[in-house]
Amino acid sequence: MEGVLHQVLSGIASGGIYASVALALVMIYQATHHVNFAQGEMATLSTYIALTLINAGLPYWIAFLVTVVVSFILGILIERILMRPMMDAPVLASVGVFIGLLLIINSSTGWMFDYMIKTFPTPFPGGPLLFSGYLSGHELGAFVVTLVVLTAVYLFFRHTKLGLAMRAAAFNPVSSRLVGVRVGWMLALGWGLAAAIGAVGGMMVAPIVYLDPNMMAGILLYAFAGALLGGIDNPLGAVLGGFAVGIIENLAGAYLVGTELKLTVALIIIVAVLVVKPSGLFGRTVLSRV
Amino acid sequence: MGKATLWGVAAWLAATIVPTLLLSDYHLFQLTMVIVYAIAILGLAILTGFNGQISLGHGAFYAIGAYTTAILMYQYNVPYWATLPVSAIVCAIIGFLIGLPALRLGGLYLALTTFALAVAVPQLLKHNALEPWTGGVQGLVIDKPDPPFGLAMSPDQWLYIFALAAGAVLFLLAWNIVRGRIGRAMMAIRDHSLAAEAMGINIALLKTRTFALSALYTGIAGSLGAIVVQFVAPDSFGIFVSIYFFVGLVVGGVASIGGAIIGGAFIEFVPNIAEKVSKAAPGAVYGVILIAVMFLMPGGVAGFIGSMFARFRRGTKSAELRPIAVGGSGANDVPAGVPGGAEPDAGGHRSM
Repeated sequence: MEGVLHQVLSGIASGGIYASVALALVMIYQATHHVNFAQGEMATLSTYIALTLINAGLPYWIAFLVTVVVSFILGILIERILMRPMMDAPVLASVGVFIGLLLIINSSTGWMFDYMIKTFPTPFPGGPLLFSGYLSGHELGAFVVTLVVLTAVYLFFRHTKLGLAMRAAAFNPVSSRLVGVRVGWMLALGWGLAAAIGAVGGMMVAPIVYLDPNMMAGILLYAFAGALLGGIDNPLGAVLGGFAVGIIENLAGAYLVGTELKLTVALIIIVAVLVVKPSGLFGRTVLSRV
Repeated sequence: MGKATLWGVAAWLAATIVPTLLLSDYHLFQLTMVIVYAIAILGLAILTGFNGQISLGHGAFYAIGAYTTAILMYQYNVPYWATLPVSAIVCAIIGFLIGLPALRLGGLYLALTTFALAVAVPQLLKHNALEPWTGGVQGLVIDKPDPPFGLAMSPDQWLYIFALAAGAVLFLLAWNIVRGRIGRAMMAIRDHSLAAEAMGINIALLKTRTFALSALYTGIAGSLGAIVVQFVAPDSFGIFVSIYFFVGLVVGGVASIGGAIIGGAFIEFVPNIAEKVSKAAPGAVYGVILIAVMFLMPGGVAGFIGSMFARFRRGTKSAELRPIAVGGSGANDVPAGVPGGAEPDAGGHRSM
């Protein structure tokens, strides 16, 4: 029983990271109906930026903030330069551009920071010390950080005028434009926010899985699974889905399939959701009119 | 025997004889890999270009084909040529099963699922339960087959001829499928699934069968690849194999039989050139070219050549309609070259 509790708690901790990447995916999906296959690589690049800043002598939290801001700007730039012309392109074209972006970022991180696996510092006190040893300091800290980020995002979208405008632009671009919302900029901001949230996820997961150019491939898969489980057009659902995937992954890894098949668990979740309930637990069922 | 058939046979004979006589074993090996990749990309082209389903995980079928061949040769001493049909059947069945959920999914969801499949495959191959067959992380080493009938040639020369023959059969088959009734149904689903359904096409069944066919092609390519490389290991079948196939597909031209050869040559030779700059360069070059193709010529190289032809013919106002040969595989007859010519659609769906 204690083992189960331990697995659930550490599942929640990693689930928080999946939840933030899933949220980043859903934000872009909601606004553009594109799935950002490069989301993981963008987060990896951000994490490398953070590591460079920390190695240059900046205190952790300053480096953290700078990284979030830089990622935000990079996200906006990517939207402005690459994604804007692809707005109404067929699915294949947008997938192609995302895969191209994935390849470029992946190889340029390899180029700039080499392929060696690196350790990434954690700002939280080390060692298993909380909940009578169930959770390491970093796991708890990462959980708190992701919770803070998710709450901030929620408050931003719920209670600010800009958040409202962004939601409006995603929900109904034409009407929003008519009432004076600058839809194009709202999309760019969404990209910026998604990149920033992904950056936080990357910095939180790096101390656990270690940093290398392919660090996020697995994380992205769990985030996909979480987003689909919760409903890919529902941000809250995606967050809950992310946590659920974290818990399922840990329990299955411990009791069912062993750690070597954890990624397969994500694959099975994805296929199961798509077969049983393609709109996810909290998503809207899309009806197409004939 | 029509004139086109004669030309096709002549081209195939020339492609068999000339490189075998002129090129070194290493260059023949490279050409063989071009054929292998071209077959894999052809599978993807049938799925994506002609049926409109996007797969980012065909590396998984390549891996399954490669492992089927390697296991049969290594564990059971099956001759190499006999493993190809087995791979084809195994991959078609697995493709059919994976295609089953696919028929419920729109383009993006299938891309996502197959992406997940490709990421998960190396882990599956490494798993302990399969180790007695797969050799685990170490993989399997197989022997290069000797030429049959005591022919006086090197194994590389023989494998090139063998792969070329297999490729010719598979390309001919694909060409016949896509220009026949089934091909028209596939394209109808791609262009307007609702109208296709109204015309009496069983969309679910055809989409799943197309996925199975596509998996079959890529699986055979995997088998040939394993025989040529003589080695399979889990880490050589990561997500990047799938992504490179996708790049080759897009660069060659999604809805083009001949484009698959261009794509195969692209993913075989471009890394060789780019790697001289840096280890990271091939990925970056792929990425940049992929995005550039998306922006500048959505029909890929084959589509670009096709539209150049169309423009040239309009310019010369030739009244005569000539068959157009694309990329060396023989003509691809999706009717872009109607006299007076509807210009090939820039949206990247029309072939040539």
